[in-house]
Amino acid sequence: MSTKKKPKLAVWKFASCDGCQLSLLDCEDELLAVAGEVHIANFPEASRAVVRGPYDISLVEGSITTPHDAERIHKIRRVSKSLITIGACATAGGIQSLRNFKDVRDFISIVYASPQFIDTLNKSTAISDHVTVDFELRGCPINKYQLVELINATLNGRKPNIPTYSVCVECKRKGIVCVMVAAGTPCLGPVTQAGCGALCPSYNRGCYSCFGPKETPNTTSLGAWFEHLNVPKDDIVRAFRGFNAYAEPFRKESEAYEK
Amino acid sequence: MKSKSIKVDYLARVEGEGRLLVKIKNNKVSDVKFNIIEPPRFFEAFLRGRRFTEAPDITARICGICPVAYQMSSLHAMESICGKKVTGPLRDLRRLLYCGEYIESHALHIYLLHAPDFLGYEDAIQMAKDHPELVKKALRLKKIGNDLMILLGGREIHPINVKVGGFYKVPTKKQLEEHIEPLKWALEFALETVKVTATLPFPDLERDYEFVSLHHPEEYPLCEGKLVSNKGVDITIDDFLKCFEEEHVEHSTSLHARVKARGDYLVGPMARYNNNFDRLPAVARKAAKEAGLEKSCSNPFKSIIVRAVETAFACHEALRLIKKYEMPDKPYVEVKPRQGTGHGCTEAPRGILYHRYKIDSNGVIQDARIIPPTSQNQKSIEADLLRFVEKNIELPHDKLTWQCEQVVRNYDPCISCSCHFLKLKIERE
Repeated sequence: MSTKKKPKLAVWKFASCDGCQLSLLDCEDELLAVAGEVHIANFPEASRAVVRGPYDISLVEGSITTPHDAERIHKIRRVSKSLITIGACATAGGIQSLRNFKDVRDFISIVYASPQFIDTLNKSTAISDHVTVDFELRGCPINKYQLVELINATLNGRKPNIPTYSVCVECKRKGIVCVMVAAGTPCLGPVTQAGCGALCPSYNRGCYSCFGPKETPNTTSLGAWFEHLNVPKDDIVRAFRGFNAYAEPFRKESEAYEK
Repeated sequence: MKSKSIKVDYLARVEGEGRLLVKIKNNKVSDVKFNIIEPPRFFEAFLRGRRFTEAPDITARICGICPVAYQMSSLHAMESICGKKVTGPLRDLRRLLYCGEYIESHALHIYLLHAPDFLGYEDAIQMAKDHPELVKKALRLKKIGNDLMILLGGREIHPINVKVGGFYKVPTKKQLEEHIEPLKWALEFALETVKVTATLPFPDLERDYEFVSLHHPEEYPLCEGKLVSNKGVDITIDDFLKCFEEEHVEHSTSLHARVKARGDYLVGPMARYNNNFDRLPAVARKAAKEAGLEKSCSNPFKSIIVRAVETAFACHEALRLIKKYEMPDKPYVEVKPRQGTGHGCTEAPRGILYHRYKIDSNGVIQDARIIPPTSQNQKSIEADLLRFVEKNIELPHDKLTWQCEQVVRNYDPCISCSCHFLKLKIERE
């Protein structure tokens, strides 16, 4: 038996809450097994030890919001064989992309007394706006089992089994009564990519789209249904301006309602 | 003249991005800076114009490690504006959800982030090679906390089931009772953790801290109580901003907080423990005493023992709450918006988290202010570093650097929160 070198995994952080990388540490049953298969070479949240690149897999969390980070992501791309974004911030700009709809200078003065100390870009943008991304894992936060599946697939050179259909499909499979049809609760499930296991509807709540737009979402139709349910226009804007506000289909729909 | 610097450019095993710089000149510390370089995310700005009911879901995204704390502080603030108080089983369920977060967050910090420092490992995965059973048990403990959060919150990170007025859906008694056996194991292991952590080698460091925490007449504080300190603070949470202030310093994207009258203060497990020892259950008090902890503890390295004591408390409390639970008829109380300003302050695992909101009569947020625990601890962290380096200046550079990192990790800092990463640098000129 040859002692095959273990593939190297790195975790990188940009503007984010740390929740998606924490998902890796939350794999209590799988963590030691994953650590047996890959060499965790750069994961500051978990370890002081840093092994130099290049890395086989880079997991990138967070969005680009500063001039320095816009440079840093290119360096990371250069040392990464496969670059995977994890979560809504890295994939769509995250909740902090709400600044993109306003003037960021107003925002700085609301939070900080001495705005001259703050160095920030006008917009919070997805990693794919800056570099080529090999796979985008959705969610706010990501689903940890999808993460393990994605690492497994990448290591074995196969396509990950991560569906792109809507939350509605998960709801039907779980046998949950439709919250919109039965209770008149506005729900973003029809335009949102599956992955959470239809969590909110299973707790009697409408989906608020942690996983962002599904493939070919008909947001216009859903907006019309919301109006039909007497949802005020400013609440429709808020609904599409959540954790994936700057994902194109959602951005366009919220802007249409703002006019 | 001899000078050097200790520099850590990316502090590991903390949540978020920070760095540390200690400058030493002629064997004296000339400067200490704990920099928070996490990019600003402007939560307080974009909360303006959102509905009061959205605050728990939005503010949870400030921190993936303690989302429940953000949810609880915002819920209490909103409910106080609207003149509603959540009581009975719904209040108990919130406390139970918080117990889940304490068990998960403390287990993560004690075993995966902090213990490797004391035992000389770079991380818990290396530690697992020599102590496989211990790390497996630690992961099991963490999972038991997460499982409580999954049941009550829907998931462990950014729970979806809490709402202003209560929950979207409440569990049945039977669903909760399934957690009794795992929690009994967790309580035993937490008590074992108190013993194990008490045998670790603790560097010497004591300061005359001002410990600030909540204090409640009957219970160990999580969600409610007055704000107190060992140096005379005794106020309702509504007066938070009268007593404490924040300043914006150049080296940090997080604001530094101070007691107006005195300066730096400490929040978190040591503060809660010192101010509320008598409110701990007997089993936790006994374990603390046997581990050699007095009623008060002011060596921040020993916060690892205090976290273990608090983990035992959280397991014990969770068991108590499950036993008395009766499923309520309705998962929430109706909360109608009304114009006003309200405050929320709850004990995140790493210390008090203060929220203030102003909303209009339609429930639209006009103004928001959030003061997370790590920004309150920043000044204290810098003061600890100064004292520690002064006393240990003769240590070899690598060892001193590592121990300075440890001084920061004592606080379980959540840098994503406070600004929201840690780089350490010791410069000797």
